[in-house]
Amino acid sequence: MNELRDLYQEVILDHRKKPRNFRPMEDADSQAEGHNPLCGDQITIFLKVRNGVIEDVSFQGDGCAISMASASLMTEVLKGKTPQEAEDLFGKFHDLVTDNGTHRGEGASLGKLEVLAGVKEFPMRVKCATLAWHTLHAALEHKNQVVTTE
Amino acid sequence: MTIGNIATKVPTAGRLFDIEQVRADFPILQQHVHGKPLVYLDNAATAQKPRQVIESIGHYYQWDNANIHRAVHQLSERATQAYEAARNKVQRFINAAQREEIVFVRGTTEAINLVAQSFGRNRLQAGDEILLSHMEHHSNIVPWQLLCEQTGAVLKVVPINDAGELLLDEYEKLLSPRTRLVTMVHASNALGTISPVREIIELAHAQGVPVLLDGAQAVPHMPVDVQELDCDFYAFSAHKMVGPTGIGVLYGKREWLEAMPPYQGGGDMILSVSFDKTLYNDPPYKFEAGTPHIAGAIGLGAAVDYLEALGMENVAIYEQELSAYAAEVLAQIPGLRFIGTAQEKVGVLSFALEGVHPHDIGTILDHEGIAIRTGHHCAQPVMDRFGVPATARASFALYNTKAEVDALAAGIRRVRELLG
Repeated sequence: MNELRDLYQEVILDHRKKPRNFRPMEDADSQAEGHNPLCGDQITIFLKVRNGVIEDVSFQGDGCAISMASASLMTEVLKGKTPQEAEDLFGKFHDLVTDNGTHRGEGASLGKLEVLAGVKEFPMRVKCATLAWHTLHAALEHKNQVVTTE
Repeated sequence: MTIGNIATKVPTAGRLFDIEQVRADFPILQQHVHGKPLVYLDNAATAQKPRQVIESIGHYYQWDNANIHRAVHQLSERATQAYEAARNKVQRFINAAQREEIVFVRGTTEAINLVAQSFGRNRLQAGDEILLSHMEHHSNIVPWQLLCEQTGAVLKVVPINDAGELLLDEYEKLLSPRTRLVTMVHASNALGTISPVREIIELAHAQGVPVLLDGAQAVPHMPVDVQELDCDFYAFSAHKMVGPTGIGVLYGKREWLEAMPPYQGGGDMILSVSFDKTLYNDPPYKFEAGTPHIAGAIGLGAAVDYLEALGMENVAIYEQELSAYAAEVLAQIPGLRFIGTAQEKVGVLSFALEGVHPHDIGTILDHEGIAIRTGHHCAQPVMDRFGVPATARASFALYNTKAEVDALAAGIRRVRELLG
């Protein structure tokens, strides 16, 4: 039961109920769609990059508590970061939720994203936690195809 | 070969069979998951196996392992005998007229692909129509889409109502002189709905149209008699009926199987081969190319023995009672909505919990030791029909109990506590 509490922490439940930056963006520079065909989760990430930094990021979608909270938290930490810093953060976040021992150097700190550390005890849920990040990656690369977790 | 004692009918105290004795036959049910007794309610995905099935497979590999139909030695003789005995058991189980009408395949999916390619490919042409329902499993959609790409035929989808029941009058309207085949689920894996198969078949036959039934979710839960149904093809898998994975059955009427070309080449499907001409074997061997899943077929035979000892009528009554109880108990949970409320159902309860994604339900229930399925159940068109991306699904087998249903209900209340 402790593991469950770690997974569904108050912060996660709060973000699920009141997702931050949950809106479409009319003047986005790029957007990408992510899809987890196994659970039916769908997410769209909107991105505005100006002067080399992420000026605004938002999302819309429908999914489980983990995928929605992860997306919400992600949009909160990305503003003001460079695309490279965002990619580095994705790497570190991936390590966090998969309990991967590799340390991907210093740089951007995970900060509030660490509330998702409980996911590592639930390997089946890693895809939920990383869907938003995979989709962000596609948006940064200006890829137009739909991202899937499969 | 002896396969141990099978739990027998105990017609006392209103009980159809001794459920505790049945449960004792399934070693996997004796374990704990996350410190809680395992409550396995993902039977529509695959059912657990009784000791008798597991032992029959072990016996084959330990004592009789040899290839079949080829050698003259003792082991091959025994293996052949056991493999063909399994065919007889399946014939009896679904009451096929002849043993030659039972083709061993890998499972329901391969059975459907076999019919699509072997029956459909030569017979269908551009503009021909294949009729199926809105609640088909992907495996009874995609093989036909492949066939349509190859032949120019088109799929026609019979709609369902909000309860998840096939609209028979719409079906009747869609049946046309262009219809070449009706392929329909007998019992839906996502909704539990039992299709009105007798009417479906009668209406199709009145127009000379053959019918394939996807029986994957029907055979484990009710008596099935292919002669009484008068279906032309019937497909099902062993692993959903307490048998092993990787083996299943295509039943086909003899005259169809005779007329169909082989599906795959090699091994038992030939009589003689020269570089000029190959003579094909008769059904069912014409469709069993290569070394088959001998152990699987033997395990399937043991599963048939097991189910027959309990009696499929009894299994059906027991599971119906259990799922009626579950529907009643779960209906009392605030915010719970059933997806699929047909009058005629097998023990499949698909549901949505207001404000909670099925995956979160699945994870929390797992921590209570309860295994259910969450997702689209390989039936995305049905999910679209009901406007949900996924559902949580509890599905029952003959070894489940009311106490397990109570555990499920308590688990769902726990989900509410945690996620609000």
